[in-house]
This record gives sequence, structure tokens and C-alpha cells, in this order.
Amino acid sequence: MTGIHAGRIVRFALLSLGALLILAPYIFMISTAGKTQSDIFTAALSLIPQHVYFAENFAKALDKVPMATLLWNGVAVCGLIFFFQVAVAIPCAYAMAKLKFRAARAMMVLVMLGLLVPIHATALPLYVAFDKLSLLNSYVALVAPFTISVFAIFMFLQFFRAMPDDLIHAARLDGMSELGIVARVIVPNAWPAVTAFAIFSVVAHWNDLYWPLIVISKQAYATPPLGLMYFRAAEAGDDYGALMAATLIITLPLVVAFLLAQKRFVEGITMTGLKG
Amino acid sequence: MGALSLRGLSKAFAGNAVLNGISLDAEPGEFIALVGPSGCGKSTLLRILAGLDHADAGEILVGGKDMSNVAAADRNIAMVFQSYALYPHLTASQNIAVPLAMKRLSRAQRLPLIGAWLPGQGEIRAGIARDVREMAGLLKIDHLLDRKPGQMSGGQRQRVALARAMVRHPSIFLMDEPLSNLDANLRVHARGEIVELHRRAGVPTLYVTHDQAEALSMADRVAVMIGGHLLQLATPETIYNDPTHIEVARFVGQPRINILQAIAENGRVDFEGMRLALLEKVANGPISLGIRPEFVKLSPSGRSGVAGRIERLEFLGSEIIAHCRLGVSGDSVIAKLAPQEAKDLIGGMPVGILLAPEQAMVFGPEGRRLRIAEVAGARQEPAYV
Repeated sequence: MTGIHAGRIVRFALLSLGALLILAPYIFMISTAGKTQSDIFTAALSLIPQHVYFAENFAKALDKVPMATLLWNGVAVCGLIFFFQVAVAIPCAYAMAKLKFRAARAMMVLVMLGLLVPIHATALPLYVAFDKLSLLNSYVALVAPFTISVFAIFMFLQFFRAMPDDLIHAARLDGMSELGIVARVIVPNAWPAVTAFAIFSVVAHWNDLYWPLIVISKQAYATPPLGLMYFRAAEAGDDYGALMAATLIITLPLVVAFLLAQKRFVEGITMTGLKG
Repeated sequence: MGALSLRGLSKAFAGNAVLNGISLDAEPGEFIALVGPSGCGKSTLLRILAGLDHADAGEILVGGKDMSNVAAADRNIAMVFQSYALYPHLTASQNIAVPLAMKRLSRAQRLPLIGAWLPGQGEIRAGIARDVREMAGLLKIDHLLDRKPGQMSGGQRQRVALARAMVRHPSIFLMDEPLSNLDANLRVHARGEIVELHRRAGVPTLYVTHDQAEALSMADRVAVMIGGHLLQLATPETIYNDPTHIEVARFVGQPRINILQAIAENGRVDFEGMRLALLEKVANGPISLGIRPEFVKLSPSGRSGVAGRIERLEFLGSEIIAHCRLGVSGDSVIAKLAPQEAKDLIGGMPVGILLAPEQAMVFGPEGRRLRIAEVAGARQEPAYV
């Protein structure tokens, strides 16, 4: 009895320690967002601000950074990317998982190869292409390179393979076209995979700095991380309190979204077998 | 003209023949059970019939019309799957309504949101709802209509799957082991129900099963398929009492038929005092002798019959299964006995094994049945007298 109890305490302590290590920078960021300039630059490292300065820092951040534009750009870009990724990947993965056609094997190889090529390898040719098309500084430049996600295809493929063939046979006998099967049978049953993919996609593109930095040079199209970078370089200087407050604001939507949909996310990830 | 005709259907997967020239005719309203061990091609045959797969050769005629180039949806063939294949995200009533909605509503009327505003769809939807309720009443699933498949038991799901298949009044009904996921008690009950529903609907039905008892008890005719060949298609009585092939005899009947090795010589078979004259000419050599367990009797005194030993007795209540071994050849023989015939028997004791010669079946070396012209043998008195 006591053995079990002790084991539990040890396990809990280890997990807490791990969580604390991972959360430490974020906690420190929250703390800094509430400090005055003098608090931040004292030699002593204290977590609790001496003068609670949250309101002032947030006011400064909201005043100096076009926060609404940044957040809107973030939402629009992530939303468009996610929408196109799912719209392309679901029919593609369905065809590869459940239809028999000659190019299936070749497509599988291409998907696997696609998984191996990072964006950094194709960034330069893509940049040149967007430049020639005069599409730099636009949503198209931010969204287009990511609309076909081989990762999404691969993930949905694994998920659809586990769906029973009989279900699709039944749908065919009931008179559905292949497109009807995708819309009426596959999509309503694919939400665990879609939500799991949503985390990967939205987190990656919300936090992405690399690609926006290449194709965007105007504030109006800046995504949140890029906007913060402008802020730091141009206006904040060494005003870390305001900078951390701005950072807090742009990370908040993801944190809130995750907390709200936590259960579904965990379900989705365990159901698709994508862990760690 | 039969309601359904299959002509020489063949199919091979990667060079392995799965179906070898299957031909079959179903009469209107007939219930045919396709039975065979797993991997014999019966499910493939069903999928080809439904239009979910293509045959390499042969044709399918429904009511005289060739179906080879007709899409699955347009064949008006309904199928009940082993896994039931209900749409997990829809309630029972929505599941049953799907085939009707696909058939009666136009593409535009089926669209979400917009469809509900198009003229004429209200009446059609009301008609669909009426038909769904009627079918639910017939199958006694009224109380389940608002539940999703995940909230139903296996038996309930099976009924919903039946309702979804029957609701559109198909011209052919296919069932792929619909009872194999049910527990044993429910299965026997559901057999009777399916037969009753079939009788009421009067639609020709092809019922695939690996369970020979299910096939014999439900079907008007039984088609035994083994290794991609349709070996025999006949009434259950004929299949059991008069199999034309050794594999059919082996597959049908529980416990399995006793197969004993014997030698044919000059058109005669001699086996342990049993003499059979064959009607057909057969080369001298080994043949197989089949005799069903209920035609084997045991003599506890050992005075009559072939000398042997009881290895094990199985008590099944209304009958007793005796596993015996023949003394000379070492062949194992199973006897099915009534309890009063077995009351003096104990496991391990020596017995006389009496085989009824007039019930013996002879199979040639390639398995084909050989007819017997004349039976002769020492008259064997019943064991229990």
C-alpha cells in the first residue's frame, strides 16, 4: 500500500519537474511582462514583479504594435493554409488508401520523398517564382507554398487505411459517387485525424518566422512572429516588458485553443497513432 | 428464365485462381446459401455480383439482363456485410434512409443547407421517413432509430443493416456472413428471423456462410464451394444425403463424415466384410469409403462388427459422440449414438464397430462420387440388442 503510494509521489514529482523545466521560459515571460524596466534590469532574478506593471506593459504593446492586424493576418494565413491542406489531402489520401490505380505506388514514393524535403531547400526557387509573378507581400505568397502538405496526405492515408473497406463498399451500393463517399462517409469520420493534423499545421504556421521573413517586407502582411520582430528592432529597443507583453498576446490564442480542445486533440493523436 | 444467372465466372488474383468457372441459376424468391471453408472464393463471388469487383471472365444476368458493365449502384442489388458497415456518424434512421435519399433526391436536393430549400424535396423526404419507419416496424427497431451504431449491440446493428438493405426493395439480396459476429444464442434466433424476412420479401437471396449448419437450416438450396469450384448445388437434404464429391461430404455434417481408405478391385470394394459392387467402371486402386457417424453402431460385447477400441466419449445431452479407432487399419471412426445405445460404453474399452453397408458412399481417387450397384455383406445385428 505504502509502496504504491511512494511510487506515485515519485512519479508525480518527476512529471512536475519535467513540466516545470518546459514551462520555465513561458513562466518567466509572463513574469517579465508584468515588470517595470528597473525590475527587469536588477541583478536579482525574481519571478514575482516588485511593482505590478502588467497594465502599462500591455497598453504599450497594444499601442505600439498593430496587434489587430498581426492577429488577423495570423488567423487568415493559418486558416487558409489549413483549409487548403485538408481540401487537397483528404481526397488524395482517400484515393491512395482505398482506390486501386496504377500510379498508386509511384504516388506513395513521391509522398515519402516529399516528406524528406524541407521548406528551406525550396525557399529560394519559390522566392524567385513569387518575385517574377509580382506576388511578394501578399497572402498568396504566405499561403500557396503550403497548400499541398505531404505530411497531411501521409497522416490521413494511415488513418483511412484503418477504415473498413466494407463501409466504402456499402456506400457504393447505396448509390454514392466517389466524391459523395469522401464528403458523406470519409470526412464525417475523419475528424480525429483532422483535429490532430490541425495542431501540427496551425502551430507550425502560426509560429513560423522563416517563410514570412522571406516573402514579406510590409507591416500590413506581417504574421505575428514577424510583426514582433519588427517591433523589437524598430521601437521597443530594450523595453522587454512591453515586448514580453506583446509575445504573451500572440501566444495566447494557441494556448486558449489548445486548452479548450485539449481532450479532442489528445483523442485525435492517440487514435491516429501519431505520438511523441 | 432465372431471376439471377451466373455463367462461367472466373477470377484470379495475381495468378491465383480464386473462382473457376462458377455457374449458378437462382429462381425468383429462392434462398441459396453459398457455403465453403474460408478462402474458397465465396465472398469474392458476392463482391463480383454486387459490382464491387470485376470478374476476369463470365457473365452475370439479373432478370435476363447482363450486368457486367452496370455500376454497383445501378444494379439494385443490396448487401448485408459481415461487419454491418453502418455509417458510424449517422443514427439508425439516417443509416436506413441513405439508399433512399441517394435514389429519390436529386444531386442538388441532397446538398446540405441549400437542398432543404429546393422545391419538391419536402414531400420526398416525408416519403423516405415513412418508408424508414415502416421498415423499422417490420424489423422491430423503432426504439433504436435515434441511436448511433456505437450505442447499439451487435444484434441491433445487424437488424439496422438488414433494414438498410431491404428498404429500397432490391432485386437481389446478398448477405456476407451476417450472423458470424453474433453470439451463439442470438445466431440461432436470427437465422429464423432472416428466413422469415426473406419469405416475406420474396427476393432471391444469396447467403454466404462458412457454417454448414446455418446453410442447411436456412436455404432452399445449398451451393458448396471449395477451392474456387462450385462442387454441388442442391437442396440441403440432397447435399447431406447424396453428396457428389468427397469434399462436399466432408464439409457438410457435424460431426464430420468418416472417410476410410479402401481398395477397388474389378469394380468391387471389399472393406472389413462389407462388399460393394460399383455401378461405374473404376481403375483398380485406392478409393475412399464415406459413412456418416449416425450409421455407425457399436457393439460393447465385441461379438459383431470390426474390432476396434473407444478412445473417447463426448456427452452432448441428446446424443453421445464416440471417437473410435479400428483395430486393423488404425483409421479413426466417429459414431453418433443415442444415450441408450451408449449406456454400457466407457472410454478405452474394446468394441465391435458396425458400419451400415447400405449407407456407405464410395468416392473415386479424384474425389468424385461413385455409385453403388449392389450391396452385400454379413448382416450385422444392432449393437444394443
